[in-house]
Amino acid sequence: MRLLALLLMVFSPMLMAVVETYDFDDEEKRERYQIFVEELRCPKCQNQNLAGSNSPIAKDLRRELYRLLEEGRDDEQIVEYMVNRYGEFVLYRPRFNPETAVLWLAPVIFLVLGSGLVITVFRRQKKPAGTVTETLDDSEKKALHNILKDQDGGDRNA
Amino acid sequence: MQRFKLFLPLIVFAIIAVFFYTMVSRIDQGKYNPQDLPSALINKPFPSFRLAKLEDLSVSLQQKDLLGRITLVNIWATWCPSCHVEHGYLNYLASEKDMTIVGVNYKDKAPAAQRWLQTKGNPYRFNIFDPNGILGLDLGVTGAPETYVVDHRGFIRFRYQGPLNETVWQEKFQLLIEQLQQEQLADTGGDVG
Repeated sequence: MRLLALLLMVFSPMLMAVVETYDFDDEEKRERYQIFVEELRCPKCQNQNLAGSNSPIAKDLRRELYRLLEEGRDDEQIVEYMVNRYGEFVLYRPRFNPETAVLWLAPVIFLVLGSGLVITVFRRQKKPAGTVTETLDDSEKKALHNILKDQDGGDRNA
Repeated sequence: MQRFKLFLPLIVFAIIAVFFYTMVSRIDQGKYNPQDLPSALINKPFPSFRLAKLEDLSVSLQQKDLLGRITLVNIWATWCPSCHVEHGYLNYLASEKDMTIVGVNYKDKAPAAQRWLQTKGNPYRFNIFDPNGILGLDLGVTGAPETYVVDHRGFIRFRYQGPLNETVWQEKFQLLIEQLQQEQLADTGGDVG
């Protein structure tokens, strides 16, 4: 029991270091803070957002975010602040500009290409079924007959 | 045409395989680091700041203290293992290559940092003491060590993440520094004429 208590004492500061809490005067700012830490990316750890990272830089950015919110900056200003320092990279939902155009447009392009492919494949598969019902006219029948006869003769010669 | 279609999946696979193979081998050779981030401050002025000088905390330093010469701004801290590794090379750059290096002592404690400079040698023209990482944040620092190249007009031209050494210097810095020296020469030459 004593050991457990000791262990708890040893490890609790570490856990507290991960999620420091900030007090906001109003609920709306707290919600915006939550949205921002989910959608801003930690520049050091790359595939974690600010909420999920305990790297020093993520901590700094959370502190800075808190400061900016308390100063009454709007969302656009906060995004601008982060992008000016860490580039488009910090946004998990990057803004549309020439640099990120490929990222945003790729799904649309692939959708268009894919549906184009599907449509052409389906059209081609339908075509043979349509041609079967077509009948040959007299001259065509005669030509076909001649070809078959020629081939029969050719086979026998060989 | 029908034949070609048959091979299409194989061809697509081959293209993807070649792509991945080149990426992996470039990472192995150290030519590409997926963790490298292009700095958002390239070709922008060095951010303004007002912070104490590590060597004498009563002295205040500002952005204009960086103007007038090509400077390497090196982000370091005593808690950073790679900074230990890098320090010898910084000494060499300052003494043998006559580079001007300004340190940013990043999220560190002053006594420990001052002791570091006394025992390991001081390659820095001066050190900006940034215990809370305020300047680091404005610079977009993601960790130590990082090195920024600032031209004589105070514009950031390049950022390198990681410890400096001879290979890195020759591959990433040498040419740029020479180019910046030319620019500086052209600018100051213009002033004289």
